[in-house]
Amino acid sequence: MIELQEVRKVFHAGRPNEQVAVAGVSLTLEAGKLTVFRGPSGSGKTTLLSLIGCMARPTSGRIFLKGREITSLPVRFLTDLRRRTFGFIFQQFHLLAGVSVLENVMLPAYPLGEKYRHLRARALGWLERLGLLSKAGAKAEWLSGGEAQRVAIARALINDPDILIADEPTAHLDTRLSREFMALMADFRAAGTTILIASHDPLVHEAPAVDRVVDLRDGRLLTPEAPG
Amino acid sequence: MRKSTLFFTFLAAAVLALGLVLAEARVRMRGELPHLRQEVRVVQTLGLTDLCLATEARHTRHPSQADWHSAFQSHPGALDHFPSGSVLLPPERVLKGYGAPLR
Amino acid sequence: MGPLFAKQRYLLDFALSCLWRRRGKNLALLTVYTLVVFAVASVMFFTQALKREAALVLGATPELLVQKLTLGRHDLIPADYTHRIREIRGVGQVTGRLWGYYYDPQVRANYTVLAPQGVEVPERTVLVGAGIARVRHLTRGATLTFQGYDGKPYSFQVRGVLSPESELLSADLILMSAADLRRLFGLPEGLYTDLTVAVANPREVSTVAAKIQELYPDTRPIVREEIRRTYEAAFDWRAGILLAVLSGALLAFLIFAWDKAAGLSAEERREIGLLKALGWDTAEVLQLKFWEGAVVSLTAFFLGTVGACLHVFVAPAPLFAPVIKGWSILYPRFRLTPFISLFDLGILFFFTVVPYTVATIVPVWRAASMDPDQVMRS
Repeated sequence: MIELQEVRKVFHAGRPNEQVAVAGVSLTLEAGKLTVFRGPSGSGKTTLLSLIGCMARPTSGRIFLKGREITSLPVRFLTDLRRRTFGFIFQQFHLLAGVSVLENVMLPAYPLGEKYRHLRARALGWLERLGLLSKAGAKAEWLSGGEAQRVAIARALINDPDILIADEPTAHLDTRLSREFMALMADFRAAGTTILIASHDPLVHEAPAVDRVVDLRDGRLLTPEAPG
Repeated sequence: MRKSTLFFTFLAAAVLALGLVLAEARVRMRGELPHLRQEVRVVQTLGLTDLCLATEARHTRHPSQADWHSAFQSHPGALDHFPSGSVLLPPERVLKGYGAPLR
Repeated sequence: MGPLFAKQRYLLDFALSCLWRRRGKNLALLTVYTLVVFAVASVMFFTQALKREAALVLGATPELLVQKLTLGRHDLIPADYTHRIREIRGVGQVTGRLWGYYYDPQVRANYTVLAPQGVEVPERTVLVGAGIARVRHLTRGATLTFQGYDGKPYSFQVRGVLSPESELLSADLILMSAADLRRLFGLPEGLYTDLTVAVANPREVSTVAAKIQELYPDTRPIVREEIRRTYEAAFDWRAGILLAVLSGALLAFLIFAWDKAAGLSAEERREIGLLKALGWDTAEVLQLKFWEGAVVSLTAFFLGTVGACLHVFVAPAPLFAPVIKGWSILYPRFRLTPFISLFDLGILFFFTVVPYTVATIVPVWRAASMDPDQVMRS
C-alpha cells in the first residue's frame, strides 16, 4: 500500500549545516497494519513519517501510495491527498489555545467545506467515543495531558483517514495513559486503519497490537528489506 | 449558535442601520428643499455673497470678498490662522471698544 | 449552500474564534479604528454638506461685484464709477451696496451691517439676525444702541428678528436704512462699499469683468464663479486643518495596526504552521487572515459611518462644529441639510476597509507558505 524507493531527505543542502535526515530508505508497508518506527532521536523517524504523510517532499527517491506516485504531485493535489488520507497526532499535541475543544477537532475539516451539521455531528461522535463529550465546549488549555491527547486523536480522525500517523505519541503520557493510547490504536487497527507510529518508548513497540517494528539509525533501516 | 451567524446578523443589522440613516437623510434632504429655497430668496433679496459660518474676522465672515491682506485687519479678538495671530493679543484698548481713549 | 460558501463560512467562524481569543487587544484596536473612521467620516459629511449647501444657495448671488482697492485694501467705491460701468455692453443694472462691520465690545462679537436694496427698513429701526438676537437677548420692540463713528450713541428700535430658518446666512446681520448706515458710520453720500453688476448673459460675465478692470485699474471684479471656488477651497482647507489634528490619532492607529498586523508573533507563526500541518493550504490560511481583517474593518466601517451620520446630521456635529465654524463668538445655529453622496461613502469604504485587510494578509504571506512539516520538526 505504501512503497518507498530509495528515499532521501537532506535539509539545508549545500550549506555548512547540511543534514541528511533520511539516507536512502526502501520500504513497503502493508495496509491495515500497525507499524512502529523505532530508533534514537535523530534517526530520521519523524522525517520519514512526514515524507510518507505528504508534509514534505523527499530530496530524491519515490513514494507510492496505493500504487500512485505521490512525490511528483503538484502542491494542491498533495494537500488534498494529505487531508483526505492522513490523520496526524503530534508529539506536543499542538491544540490551539483559547479555542474550544469542538473547534479544535473540526479544524482539519474546515477547508473541505462540508455541511456544518454533518461535521459537527461527526466531531461530537468522536468526542463521545473518546469520553470527552462533556469537554466539547471547554477551552483546549484547560485539559489534562490525557484529555489533550484524546482531543488530538479526535482531530486526527475527523476526516476519516485511511492512515493514522503518530509521532512520539506517548512522550508526555504516563504508563497508564500510554497503555490506553495503544489500546485505542489497537481498536482502530481492528477497524481497518493503517497506523504508523514513531517512538522509542518500549510500551509502544511491545504492545500486542503492533504488527511490525522498523528499526532506524542514522536515516537508514537497520535491516534493509530484500528487494521485490 | 455559530459565530458566523452572529457576525452575519450583526452585519445585516449594520447595513440596515446605515441604510436607514441614509434613507432618513434622503427624506430629510427633500424636506429641506423649501428651507433651501427660502435661503436662496434671502440671498437674492439682500444681495448676500457669503455664508455666515465664522464671524470673528472678515476674511472668514466674507471669504469671497476679502482681499489678501484682510486677515491683518480682522476682529481684534480673532484667533488668527497666521502664527503671529495666535501669539500676539490685540491691545486692551481695542478689545474694550474702538472709541476708547488712548492711554 | 455550496461547499465553497460552506468553506468560507467555516473560515469566518474560525477567524472570529481567533479574534475572540485575543479579545482584549482586538477590542482596543476595534475601538480606535472605529473612532478614526468616525472622525474621518464626520469631517467628510460635514464639509460635503456645507459645500453643497453653499454651492446651492450662493448660486443666487450677484453675477459680478466690483470692489475698489487702495494700498491693497478694500476701499469705498465712488458712485460715479457706476455710470461708465453701465455703458459696457451686456451690463444691466449697476447698484451700489452699503455694508460693513460693527464690533460690539459688550459681547465681543462682530456684526455685519447692511443697508439692503430689496427690503424697506424705516429709519431709526433695525432688523437683526437670529444670532444677534440670541447673544444680546433681543426681541421685537427692544432698543439697540450702537456707538457711532463720532463716539456718540445711536439708538435703534428692533423691528423684527430675521427668520432662524436662514441663520446660516443671516445670523449676524443688522439691516438698516441707507441713511441710518451713513449717519452711524459717518459715510458721505456718493460712496458705496461695493457695486453689484447685473449681467444678463452668463457667458459675458468674464468679458465684462475684464472691461471693468481695464476701465478702472484700481478695482477688483469678483465673479460668482470665484465665490463658488472660494467656498470649495475654504472647506477643503478647514477640513484639512481638522485632518491634520486628526492625523496624530491616525498615525497612532497606523502604528497600532501595523504592530498588530505585521508583527507576527512567534505564537501566531506556530499556529499557522499547525494549520498547514493539519492540511490547510497556503490560500486557506490567507483567506482566514482575510476574514480576520475584514471582520475588524467592516465592523469599524459600519459603526464609524453610522455614528458619523448621527453625529453630523442628527446631533448637529457637536464635536467639530466649533472647529469648522471658526472661533467666532457669534456663530449660527443651523441644521445641515444631509447631502450624502454614495460615491463619498464608497471612497470612505475603500480607504478604510481595504488597507487594513491587506495589511493583515501581507505579513502572513511568508509564514503561510512555510512547509507543513515544520511543526513536526520543532
